Amino acid sequence: MSKTPSTFRNMVLSLTIISMGAAACLSFVYVITKEPIAASSLKKKLDAIRMVVPDFDNNPYEDAFKVAVDNTDSLEVYPAKKDGTIIAYAVNTYTKLGFSGNINLMAGFRTDGSIINIVVLEQKETPGLGAKMNESAFRDQFRDKNPTEFRIKVKKDGGNVDAITAATISSRAFCDAVQKAYVAIQKGDRK
Amino acid sequence: MNQLKNFTNGFFRENPILVLVLGTCPTLATSSSVLNGLGMGIATTFVLIGSNTVIALLSGIIPDKVRIPAFVVIIASFVTIVDLVMQAYTPSLYETLGIFIPLIVVNCIVLGRAEAFASKNSVLSSFIDGAGMGLGFTMALGILGAFREVVGSGAILGHKFIKGDGILVFILAPGAFWALGYLIALVNRLKKS
Repeated sequence: MSKTPSTFRNMVLSLTIISMGAAACLSFVYVITKEPIAASSLKKKLDAIRMVVPDFDNNPYEDAFKVAVDNTDSLEVYPAKKDGTIIAYAVNTYTKLGFSGNINLMAGFRTDGSIINIVVLEQKETPGLGAKMNESAFRDQFRDKNPTEFRIKVKKDGGNVDAITAATISSRAFCDAVQKAYVAIQKGDRK
Repeated sequence: MNQLKNFTNGFFRENPILVLVLGTCPTLATSSSVLNGLGMGIATTFVLIGSNTVIALLSGIIPDKVRIPAFVVIIASFVTIVDLVMQAYTPSLYETLGIFIPLIVVNCIVLGRAEAFASKNSVLSSFIDGAGMGLGFTMALGILGAFREVVGSGAILGHKFIKGDGILVFILAPGAFWALGYLIALVNRLKKS
Protein backbone atom coordinates (compact mmCIF):
# COMPACT_ATOMS: atom_id res chain seq x y z
CA MET A 1 0.00 0.00 0.00
CA SER A 2 1.39 3.42 -0.88
CA LYS A 3 1.64 5.89 1.98
CA THR A 4 -0.28 9.13 1.87
CA PRO A 5 2.38 11.85 1.44
CA SER A 6 2.85 14.15 4.44
CA THR A 7 1.56 17.35 2.91
CA PHE A 8 -0.06 19.95 5.14
CA ARG A 9 -3.48 19.30 3.66
CA ASN A 10 -3.23 15.52 4.18
CA MET A 11 -2.04 15.83 7.74
CA VAL A 12 -4.84 18.20 8.78
CA LEU A 13 -7.43 16.15 6.95
CA SER A 14 -6.40 12.76 8.35
CA LEU A 15 -6.12 13.98 11.94
CA THR A 16 -9.50 15.72 11.67
CA ILE A 17 -11.19 12.62 10.33
CA ILE A 18 -9.62 10.33 12.96
CA SER A 19 -10.58 12.69 15.78
CA MET A 20 -14.13 12.96 14.51
CA GLY A 21 -14.42 9.19 14.24
CA ALA A 22 -13.07 8.80 17.78
CA ALA A 23 -15.49 11.43 19.08
CA ALA A 24 -18.43 9.67 17.45
CA CYS A 25 -17.48 6.28 18.97
CA LEU A 26 -16.93 7.78 22.41
CA SER A 27 -20.20 9.69 22.50
CA PHE A 28 -21.98 6.47 21.54
CA VAL A 29 -20.32 4.51 24.40
CA TYR A 30 -20.92 7.42 26.78
CA VAL A 31 -24.65 7.41 26.07
CA ILE A 32 -24.91 3.63 26.61
CA THR A 33 -22.94 3.56 29.86
CA LYS A 34 -24.30 6.77 31.38
CA GLU A 35 -27.20 5.19 33.22
CA PRO A 36 -25.42 2.06 34.53
CA ILE A 37 -22.63 4.28 35.88
CA ALA A 38 -25.07 6.55 37.71
CA ALA A 39 -26.96 3.52 39.03
CA SER A 40 -23.84 1.75 40.31
CA SER A 41 -22.46 4.82 42.05
CA LEU A 42 -25.81 5.44 43.76
CA LYS A 43 -26.01 1.77 44.76
CA LYS A 44 -22.54 1.94 46.28
CA LYS A 45 -23.48 4.94 48.43
CA LEU A 46 -26.80 3.43 49.48
CA ASP A 47 -25.09 0.12 50.37
CA ALA A 48 -22.68 1.98 52.63
CA ILE A 49 -25.53 3.84 54.32
CA ARG A 50 -27.49 0.60 54.71
CA MET A 51 -24.57 -1.00 56.57
CA VAL A 52 -24.42 1.67 59.26
CA VAL A 53 -28.06 2.48 59.98
CA PRO A 54 -31.14 0.31 60.64
CA ASP A 55 -33.90 -0.19 58.07
CA PHE A 56 -35.18 2.95 56.42
CA ASP A 57 -37.80 3.63 53.79
CA ASN A 58 -36.70 6.99 52.37
CA ASN A 59 -33.88 7.82 49.99
CA PRO A 60 -31.26 9.23 52.40
CA TYR A 61 -29.26 10.40 49.46
CA GLU A 62 -32.01 12.79 48.35
CA ASP A 63 -32.58 14.09 51.89
CA ALA A 64 -28.86 14.68 52.49
CA PHE A 65 -27.71 17.96 53.98
CA LYS A 66 -24.32 19.44 54.68
CA VAL A 67 -23.03 20.42 58.10
CA ALA A 68 -20.00 22.65 58.49
CA VAL A 69 -17.26 21.54 60.89
CA ASP A 70 -14.07 23.45 61.77
CA ASN A 71 -15.38 26.45 59.76
CA THR A 72 -13.54 25.17 56.70
CA ASP A 73 -15.00 21.78 55.87
CA SER A 74 -18.45 20.37 55.67
CA LEU A 75 -19.66 16.78 55.94
CA GLU A 76 -22.60 15.18 54.18
CA VAL A 77 -25.23 13.86 56.56
CA TYR A 78 -27.81 11.35 55.32
CA PRO A 79 -30.89 11.11 57.53
CA ALA A 80 -32.53 7.67 57.57
CA LYS A 81 -36.28 7.93 58.03
CA LYS A 82 -38.98 5.42 58.75
CA ASP A 83 -42.58 6.51 58.22
CA GLY A 84 -41.42 10.11 57.99
CA THR A 85 -39.53 10.33 61.30
CA ILE A 86 -35.77 10.34 61.49
CA ILE A 87 -34.44 7.21 63.18
CA ALA A 88 -30.74 7.56 62.49
CA TYR A 89 -28.09 9.53 60.68
CA ALA A 90 -25.33 8.28 58.41
CA VAL A 91 -22.39 10.65 58.07
CA ASN A 92 -19.84 10.54 55.31
CA THR A 93 -16.76 11.67 57.20
CA TYR A 94 -13.07 11.78 56.45
CA THR A 95 -9.72 12.77 57.89
CA LYS A 96 -6.46 14.02 56.50
CA LEU A 97 -4.48 12.67 59.46
CA GLY A 98 -4.01 9.18 58.01
CA PHE A 99 -0.57 7.65 57.59
CA SER A 100 -0.91 7.86 53.82
CA GLY A 101 -3.69 9.81 52.20
CA ASN A 102 -7.23 10.56 53.25
CA ILE A 103 -9.37 8.08 55.14
CA ASN A 104 -13.02 8.09 54.19
CA LEU A 105 -15.63 6.60 56.54
CA MET A 106 -19.37 6.19 56.75
CA ALA A 107 -20.56 6.39 60.35
CA GLY A 108 -24.08 5.71 61.59
CA PHE A 109 -25.50 7.42 64.69
CA ARG A 110 -28.78 7.04 66.56
CA THR A 111 -30.71 10.20 67.29
CA ASP A 112 -29.36 10.18 70.87
CA GLY A 113 -25.82 10.40 69.45
CA SER A 114 -24.70 6.82 70.08
CA ILE A 115 -22.75 5.05 67.36
CA ILE A 116 -24.45 2.24 65.46
CA ASN A 117 -21.71 1.09 63.14
CA ILE A 118 -18.81 2.44 61.09
CA VAL A 119 -17.56 1.26 57.73
CA VAL A 120 -14.40 2.27 55.90
CA LEU A 121 -15.11 3.55 52.40
CA GLU A 122 -11.59 4.37 51.38
CA GLN A 123 -8.15 4.11 52.97
CA LYS A 124 -4.57 3.73 51.78
CA GLU A 125 -2.94 2.75 55.09
CA THR A 126 -0.16 0.18 55.28
CA PRO A 127 -1.46 -3.36 54.63
CA GLY A 128 -1.24 -5.48 57.78
CA LEU A 129 -0.88 -2.45 60.05
CA GLY A 130 -3.12 0.58 59.60
CA ALA A 131 -5.30 -1.23 57.09
CA LYS A 132 -6.52 -3.36 60.02
CA MET A 133 -8.90 -0.50 60.85
CA ASN A 134 -11.18 -2.26 58.39
CA GLU A 135 -11.31 -5.38 60.57
CA SER A 136 -14.13 -5.88 63.04
CA ALA A 137 -11.70 -6.30 65.98
CA PHE A 138 -10.99 -2.59 65.82
CA ARG A 139 -14.23 -1.22 64.42
CA ASP A 140 -16.56 -3.10 66.76
CA GLN A 141 -15.32 -1.32 69.88
CA PHE A 142 -17.22 1.76 68.69
CA ARG A 143 -20.53 -0.05 68.39
CA ASP A 144 -23.35 1.13 70.66
CA LYS A 145 -21.04 3.57 72.42
CA ASN A 146 -22.25 7.05 73.16
CA PRO A 147 -19.51 9.65 72.69
CA THR A 148 -20.77 11.58 75.73
CA GLU A 149 -19.20 8.92 77.99
CA PHE A 150 -16.99 7.05 75.51
CA ARG A 151 -14.15 9.41 74.58
CA ILE A 152 -13.25 8.91 70.93
CA LYS A 153 -9.49 9.09 71.38
CA VAL A 154 -6.84 6.42 71.60
CA LYS A 155 -5.82 5.44 75.15
CA LYS A 156 -2.41 7.04 74.68
CA ASP A 157 -4.20 10.38 74.26
CA GLY A 158 -6.45 9.84 77.28
CA GLY A 159 -9.44 8.38 75.44
CA ASN A 160 -11.23 5.03 75.52
CA VAL A 161 -10.22 3.58 72.16
CA ASP A 162 -7.84 0.63 71.93
CA ALA A 163 -5.41 1.53 69.17
CA ILE A 164 -4.28 -1.01 66.56
CA THR A 165 -0.87 -2.40 67.56
CA ALA A 166 1.91 -0.56 65.73
CA ALA A 167 -0.59 1.69 63.99
CA THR A 168 -1.30 4.50 66.44
CA ILE A 169 -1.30 7.12 63.69
CA SER A 170 -3.98 5.30 61.71
CA SER A 171 -6.03 4.69 64.86
CA ARG A 172 -5.79 8.37 65.79
CA ALA A 173 -6.90 9.35 62.30
CA PHE A 174 -9.86 6.99 62.50
CA CYS A 175 -10.89 8.55 65.83
CA ASP A 176 -10.49 12.02 64.37
CA ALA A 177 -12.89 11.18 61.53
CA VAL A 178 -15.46 9.64 63.89
CA GLN A 179 -15.22 12.59 66.28
CA LYS A 180 -15.79 14.96 63.35
CA ALA A 181 -18.88 13.03 62.35
CA TYR A 182 -20.18 13.18 65.94
CA VAL A 183 -19.68 16.97 66.02
CA ALA A 184 -21.54 17.27 62.74
CA ILE A 185 -24.48 15.27 64.12
CA GLN A 186 -24.66 17.43 67.24
CA LYS A 187 -24.70 20.58 65.12
CA GLY A 188 -27.16 19.13 62.65
CA ASP A 189 -29.54 18.11 65.42
CA ARG A 190 -29.80 21.63 66.73
CA LYS A 191 -31.02 22.94 63.39
CA MET B 1 3.06 -15.04 7.43
CA ASN B 2 2.73 -17.67 10.09
CA GLN B 3 -0.15 -16.45 12.31
CA LEU B 4 0.49 -18.97 15.06
CA LYS B 5 3.99 -17.61 15.44
CA ASN B 6 2.58 -14.08 15.66
CA PHE B 7 0.29 -15.24 18.44
CA THR B 8 2.81 -17.16 20.57
CA ASN B 9 5.37 -14.41 20.10
CA GLY B 10 3.71 -12.36 22.83
CA PHE B 11 3.74 -15.26 25.28
CA PHE B 12 7.36 -16.30 25.32
CA ARG B 13 9.85 -14.99 22.82
CA GLU B 14 8.73 -11.35 23.15
CA ASN B 15 6.61 -11.39 26.30
CA PRO B 16 6.06 -7.67 26.99
CA ILE B 17 6.84 -7.86 30.70
CA LEU B 18 9.18 -10.80 31.15
CA VAL B 19 11.35 -10.30 28.06
CA LEU B 20 10.81 -6.81 26.65
CA VAL B 21 10.24 -5.36 30.17
CA LEU B 22 7.77 -2.80 28.86
CA GLY B 23 4.91 -1.35 30.89
CA THR B 24 6.36 -2.21 34.29
CA CYS B 25 4.58 0.65 36.08
CA PRO B 26 1.06 -0.83 35.88
CA THR B 27 2.61 -4.29 36.33
CA LEU B 28 4.16 -3.47 39.68
CA ALA B 29 1.20 -1.45 40.88
CA THR B 30 -1.70 -3.73 40.00
CA SER B 31 -0.28 -7.20 40.59
CA SER B 32 -0.91 -7.31 44.35
CA SER B 33 -3.56 -10.02 43.85
CA VAL B 34 -4.54 -12.45 41.10
CA LEU B 35 -7.86 -10.77 40.32
CA ASN B 36 -6.38 -7.28 40.10
CA GLY B 37 -3.61 -8.53 37.84
CA LEU B 38 -5.97 -10.41 35.54
CA GLY B 39 -8.42 -7.49 35.42
CA MET B 40 -5.68 -5.10 34.41
CA GLY B 41 -4.37 -7.64 31.88
CA ILE B 42 -7.75 -8.11 30.22
CA ALA B 43 -8.39 -4.36 30.02
CA THR B 44 -4.98 -3.89 28.38
CA THR B 45 -5.61 -6.83 26.02
CA PHE B 46 -8.81 -5.23 24.79
CA VAL B 47 -7.04 -1.92 24.15
CA LEU B 48 -4.15 -3.70 22.38
CA ILE B 49 -6.41 -5.69 20.07
CA GLY B 50 -8.56 -2.67 19.26
CA SER B 51 -5.76 -0.21 18.67
CA ASN B 52 -3.63 -2.70 16.71
CA THR B 53 -6.52 -3.55 14.40
CA VAL B 54 -7.63 0.03 13.76
CA ILE B 55 -4.08 1.28 13.28
CA ALA B 56 -3.31 -1.50 10.80
CA LEU B 57 -6.52 -0.59 8.98
CA LEU B 58 -5.65 3.11 8.79
CA SER B 59 -1.88 2.86 8.39
CA GLY B 60 -2.19 3.44 4.63
CA ILE B 61 -3.97 6.76 4.94
CA ILE B 62 -2.17 8.22 7.96
CA PRO B 63 0.67 10.46 6.75
CA ASP B 64 4.01 9.55 8.34
CA LYS B 65 4.60 12.89 10.04
CA VAL B 66 1.40 12.80 12.08
CA ARG B 67 1.31 9.08 12.79
CA ILE B 68 2.13 9.38 16.51
CA PRO B 69 -0.71 11.85 17.30
CA ALA B 70 -3.07 9.74 15.22
CA PHE B 71 -2.04 6.56 17.11
CA VAL B 72 -2.45 8.32 20.45
CA VAL B 73 -5.96 9.50 19.57
CA ILE B 74 -6.95 5.95 18.58
CA ILE B 75 -5.40 4.37 21.69
CA ALA B 76 -6.93 7.00 23.99
CA SER B 77 -10.37 6.34 22.51
CA PHE B 78 -10.12 2.62 23.25
CA VAL B 79 -8.89 3.30 26.77
CA THR B 80 -11.80 5.66 27.41
CA ILE B 81 -14.22 3.01 26.17
CA VAL B 82 -12.70 0.45 28.58
CA ASP B 83 -12.81 3.03 31.36
CA LEU B 84 -16.51 3.80 30.86
CA VAL B 85 -17.55 0.17 30.42
CA MET B 86 -15.68 -0.96 33.54
CA GLN B 87 -17.12 1.90 35.55
CA ALA B 88 -20.61 0.86 34.48
CA TYR B 89 -20.45 -2.93 34.79
CA THR B 90 -17.55 -3.85 37.13
CA PRO B 91 -17.50 -0.94 39.61
CA SER B 92 -15.56 -2.78 42.33
CA LEU B 93 -12.73 -3.79 39.99
CA TYR B 94 -12.76 -0.28 38.54
CA GLU B 95 -12.25 1.11 42.01
CA THR B 96 -9.27 -1.13 42.82
CA LEU B 97 -7.52 -0.46 39.54
CA GLY B 98 -8.44 3.22 39.74
CA ILE B 99 -5.93 5.50 38.08
CA PHE B 100 -4.20 2.65 36.23
CA ILE B 101 -7.05 2.23 33.74
CA PRO B 102 -6.70 5.74 32.23
CA LEU B 103 -2.94 5.23 32.40
CA ILE B 104 -3.12 2.38 29.85
CA VAL B 105 -2.92 5.27 27.36
CA VAL B 106 0.73 5.77 28.21
CA ASN B 107 1.52 2.07 28.59
CA CYS B 108 4.47 1.67 26.26
CA ILE B 109 3.39 -1.83 25.14
CA VAL B 110 0.36 -0.35 23.40
CA LEU B 111 2.14 2.43 21.53
CA GLY B 112 5.13 0.14 21.04
CA ARG B 113 3.07 -2.52 19.22
CA ALA B 114 1.28 0.16 17.19
CA GLU B 115 4.57 1.62 16.00
CA ALA B 116 6.63 -1.57 15.67
CA PHE B 117 4.01 -4.00 14.38
CA ALA B 118 0.55 -2.72 13.47
CA SER B 119 1.71 0.13 11.22
CA LYS B 120 3.76 -2.30 9.09
CA ASN B 121 1.61 -5.44 8.98
CA SER B 122 -1.77 -6.60 7.75
CA VAL B 123 -4.97 -6.17 9.74
CA LEU B 124 -5.24 -9.87 10.58
CA SER B 125 -1.62 -10.19 11.73
CA SER B 126 -2.01 -7.06 13.85
CA PHE B 127 -5.17 -8.37 15.45
CA ILE B 128 -3.41 -11.63 16.33
CA ASP B 129 -0.32 -9.82 17.54
CA GLY B 130 -2.50 -7.65 19.79
CA ALA B 131 -4.25 -10.70 21.23
CA GLY B 132 -0.95 -12.57 21.80
CA MET B 133 0.79 -9.60 23.39
CA GLY B 134 -2.25 -8.82 25.53
CA LEU B 135 -2.63 -12.38 26.75
CA GLY B 136 1.12 -12.61 27.39
CA PHE B 137 0.81 -9.47 29.50
CA THR B 138 -2.23 -10.92 31.29
CA MET B 139 -0.39 -14.19 31.93
CA ALA B 140 2.63 -12.43 33.42
CA LEU B 141 0.39 -10.26 35.60
CA GLY B 142 -1.55 -13.34 36.70
CA ILE B 143 1.58 -15.25 37.72
CA LEU B 144 3.00 -12.24 39.52
CA GLY B 145 -0.34 -11.54 41.19
CA ALA B 146 -0.74 -15.16 42.31
CA PHE B 147 2.75 -15.25 43.79
CA ARG B 148 2.34 -11.94 45.61
CA GLU B 149 -1.10 -12.83 46.92
CA VAL B 150 -0.04 -16.27 48.21
CA VAL B 151 3.15 -15.05 49.87
CA GLY B 152 1.99 -11.57 50.85
CA SER B 153 -1.48 -12.12 52.24
CA GLY B 154 -1.68 -15.91 52.57
CA ALA B 155 -4.66 -16.07 50.25
CA ILE B 156 -5.57 -17.08 46.74
CA LEU B 157 -8.35 -15.37 44.78
CA GLY B 158 -9.37 -13.63 47.99
CA HIS B 159 -9.72 -16.85 50.05
CA LYS B 160 -7.38 -16.86 53.02
CA PHE B 161 -5.72 -20.17 53.83
CA ILE B 162 -3.58 -19.06 56.76
CA LYS B 163 -4.49 -17.20 59.92
CA GLY B 164 -3.04 -13.72 60.29
CA ASP B 165 -0.80 -11.98 57.82
CA GLY B 166 1.58 -13.22 55.17
CA ILE B 167 4.93 -11.67 54.39
CA LEU B 168 3.50 -8.18 54.03
CA VAL B 169 6.37 -6.71 52.10
CA PHE B 170 5.24 -8.66 49.04
CA ILE B 171 2.01 -6.66 48.81
CA LEU B 172 4.00 -3.43 49.00
CA ALA B 173 6.11 -1.91 46.27
CA PRO B 174 9.51 -3.44 47.22
CA GLY B 175 8.03 -6.94 47.11
CA ALA B 176 6.68 -6.22 43.64
CA PHE B 177 10.21 -5.43 42.43
CA TRP B 178 11.63 -8.60 44.00
CA ALA B 179 8.94 -10.83 42.61
CA LEU B 180 9.24 -9.34 39.12
CA GLY B 181 13.03 -9.57 39.24
CA TYR B 182 13.03 -13.26 40.18
CA LEU B 183 10.35 -14.02 37.61
CA ILE B 184 12.45 -12.41 34.85
CA ALA B 185 15.53 -14.32 36.06
CA LEU B 186 13.57 -17.57 35.96
CA VAL B 187 12.35 -16.90 32.42
CA ASN B 188 15.90 -16.09 31.28
CA ARG B 189 17.11 -19.34 32.78
CA LEU B 190 14.37 -21.30 31.01
CA LYS B 191 15.17 -19.59 27.72
CA LYS B 192 18.82 -20.63 27.95
CA SER B 193 18.17 -24.29 28.53
